[in-house]
Amino acid sequence: MAVESLFPRLEPLLPAVQKPIQYVGGELNSTVKEWDSTQVRWALMYPDAYEVGLPNQGVQILYEVLNERDWILAERTYSVWPDMEKVMRDNAIPQFTVDGHRPVGAFDLLGVSFATELGYTNLLTALDLAGIPLEACERTDEHPIVLAGGHSAFNPEPIADFLDAAVLGDGEEVVLAISEVVREWKAEGSPGGRDELLFRLAVSGGVYVPKFYDVDYLPDGRIKRVAPNRSGVPSHVVKHTLMDLDKWPYPKQPLVPLAETVHERFSVEIFRGCTRGCRFCQAGMITRPVRERNISTIGEMVQNGVEASGFEEVGLLSLSSADHSEIGEVAKGLADRYEGSNVSLSLPSTRVDAFNVTLANELSRNGRRSGLTFAPEGGSERLRKVINKMVSEDDLIRTVATAYANGWRQVKLYFMCGLPTETDEDVLAIADLAQRVIATGREVSGRNDIRCTVSIGGFVPKPHTPFQWAAQESWENVDSRLSKLRSAIRSDRKYGKAIGLRYHDGQPSVVEGLLSRGDRRVGRVIRSVWADGGRFDGWSEHFSYDRWVKACEEALAGEPVDLDWYTTRERGETEVLPWDHLDAGLDREWLWEDWQDSLDEVEVEDCRWTPCFDCGVCPQMGTEIQVGPTGQKMLPIVGVSQTRQAELVAPAGSRDSG
Amino acid sequence: MSRTPKPPDRNTPPTVQRLRFRYAKRGRLRFTSHRDFQRALERAVRRAGVPIAYSAGFSPHPKISYAGAAPTGAASEAEYAELGVAVRCDPQALRAGLDAALPDGLDVLEVVEAGSGALADRLQASFWEIACPVEAAGDLASAVEAFLARDVVEVERLTKNGLRVFDIRDAVRRLDLTRPEPAAGAPSGGTTDLSIPCAILQVVVRHGTPAVRPDDVLAGLRLASGLELPPPHRMTRRSQGPWDEESGTVGDPLAPDRDASVTS
Ligand code: SF4
Repeated sequence: MAVESLFPRLEPLLPAVQKPIQYVGGELNSTVKEWDSTQVRWALMYPDAYEVGLPNQGVQILYEVLNERDWILAERTYSVWPDMEKVMRDNAIPQFTVDGHRPVGAFDLLGVSFATELGYTNLLTALDLAGIPLEACERTDEHPIVLAGGHSAFNPEPIADFLDAAVLGDGEEVVLAISEVVREWKAEGSPGGRDELLFRLAVSGGVYVPKFYDVDYLPDGRIKRVAPNRSGVPSHVVKHTLMDLDKWPYPKQPLVPLAETVHERFSVEIFRGCTRGCRFCQAGMITRPVRERNISTIGEMVQNGVEASGFEEVGLLSLSSADHSEIGEVAKGLADRYEGSNVSLSLPSTRVDAFNVTLANELSRNGRRSGLTFAPEGGSERLRKVINKMVSEDDLIRTVATAYANGWRQVKLYFMCGLPTETDEDVLAIADLAQRVIATGREVSGRNDIRCTVSIGGFVPKPHTPFQWAAQESWENVDSRLSKLRSAIRSDRKYGKAIGLRYHDGQPSVVEGLLSRGDRRVGRVIRSVWADGGRFDGWSEHFSYDRWVKACEEALAGEPVDLDWYTTRERGETEVLPWDHLDAGLDREWLWEDWQDSLDEVEVEDCRWTPCFDCGVCPQMGTEIQVGPTGQKMLPIVGVSQTRQAELVAPAGSRDSG
Repeated sequence: MSRTPKPPDRNTPPTVQRLRFRYAKRGRLRFTSHRDFQRALERAVRRAGVPIAYSAGFSPHPKISYAGAAPTGAASEAEYAELGVAVRCDPQALRAGLDAALPDGLDVLEVVEAGSGALADRLQASFWEIACPVEAAGDLASAVEAFLARDVVEVERLTKNGLRVFDIRDAVRRLDLTRPEPAAGAPSGGTTDLSIPCAILQVVVRHGTPAVRPDDVLAGLRLASGLELPPPHRMTRRSQGPWDEESGTVGDPLAPDRDASVTS
């Protein structure tokens, strides 16, 4: 039966809300299919505001991959602003998709992509608005299967109560596999209802269904064990790894919004994964191994993306873009191709070396030079050994000297505060470093108007990293270190004015820490924060630390655990971690050894260039590192737009013919 | 070693032709703000391969100028902009190319080669239609009477510089209420559902500073009559152009350009 569009009911209400354009859909390259012509229907959600959610590559890729199948329909939905939430509640309008404006509750699956844990309360808002019971156990055959993906799904336990299922790793293939299971089950007449469908998904081995696993606790609050409560369900659920990215050159049809969004560019992922082994980096650990796209695919994707979108900026994405084995050739090829056009190219360069400056020079031949970014992450040499960010102070100074000498005026440096073993001195070392950067910059450029921006984020220990056992620093200590650093920078008359400092206070990191390493008991906290009005926790103007503290006290009363237990407590080697039954491929013993090495300030090499150091991913996942070089060159091409231009140009002499 | 980044060595081609165009903002795309439209147009220009001219300097921007954009949420059949190109274009081909590259609902209706004089100077008045719920027709009729009977109607509007109070009565050159339009055969405005019966306010406003917008007129009606009027279904600018005081009509701002290109 066709599902009616809610748009006629929505439209008269839109003039009353902020930025109504975000709710109307119709973006270039978006798709609206006929409901009845499809068999499996997905609502894909990014649980944040449209302006943040629309550019998300993960959602765009899945949207396209799913819609390419004629039997699947996929539409998008985003979190609505609080003013819209009120309008929807007052007018009984359910959570809707922006493509067909169909009620989310009518779909077969609601797939939610979590890049950060701070979107959890937004999930609850969407479920509630959609009329889907918050707790998975209360849902019936009438409700969609609520499924989480994205990096946070590597520990979905804090939201286990609200999820029917979770998927770990790359989504391209598994969403199709899930769709097949749903199609088959529906074709058979939905035997056994919701439970049977979830069981079929669980036994496939690639989908985690929390309700088929029981968690037992020890009297002191630690987890005793997590075990399947149904036969046939695997004891460990493994992540998905897409090999051969060249076969999956998405997005081919990038969505171009009318509204302003956080990234106004077309991005091409040049490789997936990272093997540098930074110990704090969850993304680096859970996306192993490295899988490169080759230079020809990159060239085609950029060209196609620019033609299809009209975006003027192209970003070459990955966790460490300068590490692509042919990045020099890629940069040169693209710079040649777009020289003299108004397409600008950027590479989020974080690796601290002079090569990066060369690349940035190459890519900015067109003239746009905003700022160069490097991420030493730790202020002192010692701390950088702890986190395995192999860069010395001299490396950094050499690199920024090259940058300033090449005409860059601004260099941005990223650091973290609250790292394991960190002391005040480690953080104060950031001030010394920044001062040396300015001194060097003035020297090599001969100018006084150069700047260095220091940006500092709070460190949060994440699952599936060597720091998963670490104690998180209290927000009080983080704040006090940052304020000492600020005075150290400000009080310096010679350099202080040339250094910009940007940081957030430590409280949100504590909540992120709770949600990152929490277990199923944290679900009650999330629910209570949400019931108390918690929304958009990733936005400082909406975030309330007190609300979370109060919710922890109430929801965890009577439990041997509390907020500190989840965050500032160090875990022991044998403690069962809430995500131990979820397999990112990393060998647990290897992670523990790496944690111990970290405390001993021992570094490990990048396994891409040196022999494998046995993190376990490749053998366990049956994957391997895929890197070039291919030795190919990117050829100049005649773009579609030039062909199109020819159609618009007036025939010679047209001026007089009018 | 260079000390400052030099402006890119791009020999910015000169503008060889200026083209003026009229476009419509219809249906759900009436919710685009002026900035949204600018971004959409710039992208469409690139996708369509328009040989747009760029300004020189560090961050060159495409040579497009806009005049008198309708407010967010208001539909329009008469929006205008002008662009400069580096290679002469055929206005008809440009119209088709640009229209195809813009999303449905942002529709390019006409392109003409620019003659002399500034386009903005010709946009002196607007003719608006404001569709209101039909049940409100009676109240509206008396509100219109009360409004027209006044010499001064001061409305408030929140601007960047705070709350501003200004008189709109003089700018409103025409205001009348037409009877409910029949549901069938209503002109389709994209995806907007026009089958809802409504009463239509027809308003002509003379442009000034600040420009009087249709919602200011509604605020004025409320003020003059003391009635709590229900929110309108939609507001549509039907035309925008030179104001002829004598006949009380809004002209076509592209007419002089069209005439110039025919006679040249
Ligand atoms: S298994 Fe070896 S080669 Fe593969 S990612 Fe781990 S360390 Fe690198």
